[in-house]
Formats: sequence, structure tokens, C-alpha cells
Amino acid sequence: MTETARSQTAPIEGPDPEKVKAELIAKYPPKVARKRAKQIIVNRLEPGDKVPEINANVRTVPGLMSQRGCCYAGCKGVVLGPTRDIVNITHGPIGCGFYSWLTRRNQTDPDTTPDGHNFMTYCFSTDMQEKEIIFGGEKKLKQAIQEAYDNFKPKAIAVFATCPVGLIGDDIHAVCREMKDALGINVFGFSCEGYKGVSQSAGHHIANNQIFKHVVGLDDTIGAGEFRVNLLGEYNIGGDAFEIERIFEKCGITTVATFSGNSSIDAFANSHTADLNLIMCHRSINYVAEMMEKKFGVPWIKINFIGAEATAKSLRKIAAYFDDPALTERVEAVIAEELPAVQAARDAIRPRTEGKRAMLFVGGSRAHHYQELFRELGMRTLSAGYEFAHRDDYEGRKVLPGVKVDADSRNIEELDVCQDPDRYRPRKTPAELAALSAKGLEFKDYQGMMPEMPEGSLVIDDISQFETDLMIEKYRPDIFCAGIKEKYMIQKHGIPMKQLHSYDYGGPYAGFKGAVNFYREIDRMVNSRVWGYLKAPWQTNPELAATYAWE
Amino acid sequence: MLLRHTTTEIKDRTALTVNPAKTCQPIGAMYAALGIHGCMPHSHGSQGCYAYHRSALTRHYKEPVIAATSAFTEGASVFGGQANLMQAIDNIFSIYNPDVIAVHTTCLSETIGDDIPQIVNKAMAEGKVPVGKYVIHANTPSYAGSHITGFAGMTKAMVDYFAETASSRTKTVNLIPGFVEPSDMAEIRRMAAEMGLETIMFPDTSGVLNGPMTGKYRMYPPGGVTVEALRRTGSSLGTVALGHLASGDAARALDVKCKVPCQILDLPIGLGATDRFVDTLHRMAGVNVPDSLTFERGQMVDIIADMHQYFYNKRVGLVGDPDQLLALTKFLVSLDMAPVYLVSGTSAGKKFEKHLRAAVAGVPHEVKIKVGGDMYLFHQWIKQAPVDLLIGNSYVKYIAHDEDIPYVRHGFPILDRVGHSYFPTVGYRGGMRLLEKILDALLDRKDRDATDITFELVM
Repeated sequence: MTETARSQTAPIEGPDPEKVKAELIAKYPPKVARKRAKQIIVNRLEPGDKVPEINANVRTVPGLMSQRGCCYAGCKGVVLGPTRDIVNITHGPIGCGFYSWLTRRNQTDPDTTPDGHNFMTYCFSTDMQEKEIIFGGEKKLKQAIQEAYDNFKPKAIAVFATCPVGLIGDDIHAVCREMKDALGINVFGFSCEGYKGVSQSAGHHIANNQIFKHVVGLDDTIGAGEFRVNLLGEYNIGGDAFEIERIFEKCGITTVATFSGNSSIDAFANSHTADLNLIMCHRSINYVAEMMEKKFGVPWIKINFIGAEATAKSLRKIAAYFDDPALTERVEAVIAEELPAVQAARDAIRPRTEGKRAMLFVGGSRAHHYQELFRELGMRTLSAGYEFAHRDDYEGRKVLPGVKVDADSRNIEELDVCQDPDRYRPRKTPAELAALSAKGLEFKDYQGMMPEMPEGSLVIDDISQFETDLMIEKYRPDIFCAGIKEKYMIQKHGIPMKQLHSYDYGGPYAGFKGAVNFYREIDRMVNSRVWGYLKAPWQTNPELAATYAWE
Repeated sequence: MLLRHTTTEIKDRTALTVNPAKTCQPIGAMYAALGIHGCMPHSHGSQGCYAYHRSALTRHYKEPVIAATSAFTEGASVFGGQANLMQAIDNIFSIYNPDVIAVHTTCLSETIGDDIPQIVNKAMAEGKVPVGKYVIHANTPSYAGSHITGFAGMTKAMVDYFAETASSRTKTVNLIPGFVEPSDMAEIRRMAAEMGLETIMFPDTSGVLNGPMTGKYRMYPPGGVTVEALRRTGSSLGTVALGHLASGDAARALDVKCKVPCQILDLPIGLGATDRFVDTLHRMAGVNVPDSLTFERGQMVDIIADMHQYFYNKRVGLVGDPDQLLALTKFLVSLDMAPVYLVSGTSAGKKFEKHLRAAVAGVPHEVKIKVGGDMYLFHQWIKQAPVDLLIGNSYVKYIAHDEDIPYVRHGFPILDRVGHSYFPTVGYRGGMRLLEKILDALLDRKDRDATDITFELVM
């Protein structure tokens, strides 16, 4: 934990969090209140980064307005949705494909790969009709794959199943196998029906599994570059991955594949040749990292490029791993070169943001990562929580052995992965790994969000609209971060709201340049004049001052 | 190029939809339900549906959009969603306290065959629905119809559940506005009020999805049709329904249920359709058309006459929902423009296609029409022979950008501009706004493309 981080975990002032918690659940029917009580936790920090247990990755309460989406959304949203050179066909009624059409801001640069393919601006759907629900949709799916091939000649086609597909029993995988043979290109499917799991998270897992099964490892060519890494769980919202790539390039670090930002399926096929996996969003992508390590011997470390200090720290971790003096020197030079501009921007802005208070309820890692940027602005996190994370994302991976696997999670396939007889290549000897660990480089570890949050802050998993409203009333934060569905409700309260899924169409916020963008954006938001316009002059001073009488 | 794989050559497609010009029924039902005062729309399906619908509506209106979900898991999908819906009803009334819960189904709950009235009856029997509160429903499987028919279904449900037959008729006229913007609904109401009419509009999202910023969030804003008003629709003098597909079902249901006679008209987009709307109100209610409306009409005609040279013979490509598409096409033809490519994503029947074909009968160009088409085909047509103007939702901007064609946003969804929820495109004033938008697009292009020699100050 950095010094700034430590000072930020000091208790926060304000209402008694236990009382607030009691109020948050007071209106709920008893059963709901009992359930939510385990998902609303007052943070306590005990020695050894020990934090209280939180219930997470459990079912959404019907009727309670949650932020969550479904398994399909999670599956299409990560890995392949942001990958430009594959045709992604949604097998189902039109809605699912329509709503996931260009609504996430995964930027991509198709002209960086020779074929220039980019299907991300397109939406492909089988637009299932009643007839297919009754008689089955396999025939239509097969025909749709054929038509996609005839029209677009892609090198790969993926199929995403929606709710009714699972219910009527279409075997999308059989259709995909058949078409793969017929067309001679990679065709594979995702059984990511919306009702699976309890949130998008189930879809992430399914996406990880299938990309690992069908793509990773198909191309053994070892490309150029001395220090070759994969960036996992970076979705290039607003160009974040571009900024990270820029920094890597300066440092002499080569990105083999980014899962999934500015990504190409060819890069995934080749990604097992990298020498280190870097995990940004632990929640959505740790499965691929784990599987790559088991099968190919690629170790993984958790990094974070949100926040300038975090970026510097992450670069140093990478340098420590490769343990090469030239790389270390270059990394230090890049940090030294980049930080002054960041520092200057921070110094100019911080007097206007110091002491302001934020709440973050979003995603599966962003609610944690962005606290870092707020810290750099001298702001405190009053309360935070994830939309679809699991206990390890809150409390750290140390709790993994004790996490209960419930029925909803058990239904999601766990791939049985073992060492590849030919291609497993340990990147470091056990002795080297031990030496790196001794120097403080933690492999396969994530500390979670709660150890870095203030004592007495409320950690709320899968926050409901009702709880959001009450939290705003109780604390009146200076800024609130969540997603599009929450945006305008919060702003109607007169509180600025920053979207951390879409960045409100701004960004990038990763890396050094991103940090500066974020400082400026938060300065704009928390110091905006807009919030002073809510009352008309006659509402603040309602007495009639005088009347002009003509007679 | 944004759509770099779109080819000029058109290959037959029977199974693959590419770049759809429609979405699914539940979102339309959700939008309609938001037009009931104090209503919580409820999606009986997995939580992804409601999350997607709320997101899409929020992006379009830049306003809070409330709704709840049954949050199906795998278990519910196997054993049925009764327990989830019962729990949801209990939670919604305990926590959010709406007057009405408007349940719509999804592909998931329809495929497993959940019987909503049976579940609601059980909830009522178990005391989960407080006295004076209501749970209504519409069946909106996503694998049939589109967002427009979903809207129509929930609008009809308002009649089915609430309209009451009366022994005598009031002087009130029911207005069913169709799947239009809150601003359009307000404008339709204003015009009727201008004629001195008492009206009940349902659904009515004005004041709900274009509300003010006051520093206080109201989950149930002042807008929307009340349950009390919906009851009285059964004793109204008559119903004027706008848009055959979006509003026809509810109007006919009210006629059947309460014998309220109805007139089903085109959406009042453009001069002719607005004339017919005003004239229908004039005759149905036996009131005079005030000079104020005739004045507005004259202003609109004035703009058309003054700027006719810029409209004349311009080739236009339109993608839109059936009711909008038909009204807009007729409007453009009336300006002597040439709508040449017409695509609706929603299949709206043979009769609709016939009407559309009739509307362009006099256009001196080859006109291509696809009802139940998609934007990929639309784009291919444009690649084969270009147009001077595009009209459609925000997705059309990818085509406009690639092909460098002037473009006016109209329809659902509009994700990248404001205005649609505040300024109408219906009625004479809305017509003037549309004329302005079309002229701006065409004349900006003319300015852009002019040389130093042909650049004009006065146009």
C-alpha cells in the first residue's frame, strides 16, 4: 500500500455507518433485509489487511432495481465483442444483438492489422421468430453463418446464445462445428444464455473458456520483441489501451495481445507465446490467465494503469519480473519523463478537489481502480461497491479457498486444463520465482478493494436504486460514479455523476496522459457552475418585493 | 471507413439480419408504461432485458428510466418465474410504492409459458398487492413484432385493465399518440387544447422523460396518464389514434370494450397528416378550428413555398418505424422531394406496404421499399445509387459519414444529440422544425461544397 493510500484509509467523518446500514435495509421485507445485510458491509481494517466478509456474486433480488446485466451481456462484452476481425452473430430475437451494438466504447484501429477487418460497427443477428422458437433455430443459424461468410468472408465467426436458445435446446456448438468444417474457417459458439449465473460475471467466465478452447494456442509463431506481455482485462474504453501501448512502446515492452482492446483474433491465437500476463480487470479475465499459466507456463501478475502512481508502480513490477537492467533503466527513464507533466496538472488542480468525497459503484474492478485517481486528487472514497464482482475482488484472493460455490456458479463450466505436453514452457524457474516473490513481486495475487478503503466506509455489493438514493441523501457526496442507468437519477439530485463504463464519451483515463485527463474531468465536474443553477431567483427569494401600481 | 465491409453487390439473405432497423417488443412496452403516472414498468425475464432497455431509453432521453425485473436465474427458467414475479411484486410495492406495476413478458418467460394473470391473481390473493394499487400486463415476446408492437401491446393493456363503460358520454376526446417523443405528445395535447377540447392522452411520457433539473429526484414525476383518467377513457366522446401500428390496437379495443368510436390516422407529421388530425378533431368534437392553428398552418406553408427550390426532386433515403416512415414519406412527397429508399425494420403487413407504395406512386424515380428490412440492405442500395439526404435514427450516421451524405436524425433511438424530447416534429410547429432541420442539412452541404465563386450569401 502506498503512503497516500494509507492516509486515505483513516476513518471518514459523517453519519455512523452502522446506523446508515440499518436504514438502508429498514424498508425491505425481512427476507430481503437479511440478504442485503450480508452485502452491505462497514469496512474494518485489521492487521494483515484483514477485512470483514462480504456476500457477493449472489442472486439479484427480483423487484429491487439493480445495476446488473446478464450473462449474454458479459460474454459478448468481453473478449470477442471488442475484437474487430471476427463476425459475432447473436442467435436469438433481435433485441440482444441490437442493444449490444456499438453501445460500449471499445475503440479499435483496424488499420494496424494488414487485413484491415473491422466488424465491430456491424450488428449480426438471426432475429429469431416464433417459428424458430417452436420448431428450433438450428437451421436458421446454419444459414445465417453461411450468409455471414458469403457476404463478409471473415476469418472467424462466433455465435452467442440468448435465453430462448437454451430453452428450446438448439445445439449451437454442433452447428458451429458443422460450419467450421464446411467453410474452413474458425466457427465456435458461446452458451451464454442471459439467465445463466447471477450477473455479467458468468458471461465473462464463459467467454474466457471458449476463447481459451477455440483460439488461444492456434499460432505458435514467436514474434519480435524482447519483453513480450499480454494485457488482460483492458477494454480500450475511450482509448485506454492506446495510452498503455504508447507507454509500453516507449519502455520497449511488446504487447502480444490485449484481451480485449484494439484486439484482433490473430493476436489471441498467438498470445500464449508471451512471457507474462498482466491483469487489469481481475474479475472479468483472471480465468484466462490461470488457464494460460497451467497450460503454457505463462505467469500472471495484477497491475493497474488507472492512476499515475499506479501506472509507475505497475511498470516497475513488469521491469522487476523481467529483471533486465536495460529495461529497468528505460522504465525509470519513462516514468521520470512522464511524471512531471502529471504532477504539474495535479498541483494545479488539487487545491480545487482536495477533501471532496466520491462514491463509486461500478463493474468488477473499476470501483477499486478509480479510487486511486481520486486519491491523487486528494479526494476520499466514502463508499464503493461492485456490480458483478466476487468476494476475492473485495477481500483479496486470500479468501478464495473459503468461497462457497453456489448452484448458480456451479452451472458455469470450469475447464479442466493441464500442461501442454509440447508447449508448456515455464518462464521462470521455481528459484527465480521465489526470489522475485521475496523481493515483493506478488504472482497470482490480488489484494482486493476493501483493504485500501477507509475504515468505516460502506462497501455495498450490487447496490440497488433505493440504496443509492438513500446513500446520496445521507452523505451528499461531491461526485458519484456508476453507469448510464444511474447517471440521470443521480444528477437530478444535483450531484455530478461520472460514468465509469463509458467515461461519458471522454477518456482515455489510463496511464499518464489518462490521469491528467481524469484530473481535468473531475475538476470540471465537482467545480461546475451548473449545480448552482437549480433554483430560480424567485424560488430562493419568494417574497414579493414590491409591486408597480399604475393606478 | 466505418462500415468498410458493406458491398455494392446484394446477395440474398434469408436468415441473417445485419444492422437491424428495429428492436424487441419489451422496450416498447417499457416506454409505454412510463407514460402512466406513478407506474413501475416490470420486465418478467432475466435481468439483462431490463438492463438493456433501461440503458437504451436512458441514452435516448438522457433522463432517469425506472423499471424492475424478475431477475430469472437458470432455476427460474426451468421451474417457471412465478416465485420471482411474486417476490418482485412484494418488493416493488414495499420499497418503491408505485400506483401501478406494468408487467411485460420477454422471450424467456414466453418460451417457458408463464401465465402472468394467474401469477398476479395469486399475488393478490396472498395480499401482496395493496388496496388501490394495480398490476397490469402485456404479452411481449421478443421473438414476435418489434418495439413498436410492444408499445402497442402495453397501450392496449391500459384499455383492457382500466377503461370503464359508462351509460353516458362525456365531451372528452381520447388521444393515443403512438410511439413518439414526449415533446410530440405534449404538442398533440396542446393542439387539442388550442381547439378547446378536453382530452385524455395515453400513454403520455411528457413530463416523465423530459423533466426538469431541480435538485430533487422524483421517482414518479408529475407527468403521465393517471389510472383515474384511464378509467374515464371508456366514457369519452371518441378516440383519435395516431399511427396505425402503435395506436390502432388500443383504439379498437376501446371501441369493442366501451363502444367509444375511433379514428385511426397517420402520425401528424407533415402538413397533410396534421391537417387530417386537426380536421378529425374538428369534426369529431364539433368544434371550430381556432385562428391560432390556422395561423401556424399558414406559417408552415409559407416556409415550404419560400424554400421549395431546395426540396424539389431531392433524393431521400429513409429508415424508420412504420408509422413514422409512412407519415414522413407522404410529407416528403408533398414537398416534391423524392423518397427513393424506404426501409422499416418492423414487418407491418401487406396493407402497410401497399400504402407506402401508393404514397410514392408519383415519385419520378425508381423507389425501393423493404418492410422488414435492415440497414445493411439500405446501405447497399445507397452504394448502388446515392441519395441527397438521409433520415433515420443515430445508427444511420455511420452510413451518412461513410458516404458523405447530409443527414437528419429522426426516430428511435437518437443517442448522440439532444432536442427530440423537448422539441416536437408533429403538428404544424413540429413540421416547421422538420423543415428547418432538412433545410439546414441540405444548405450546409451546399455551402460546404460551393466554390469561392459560387458561394452564396442569400439562400
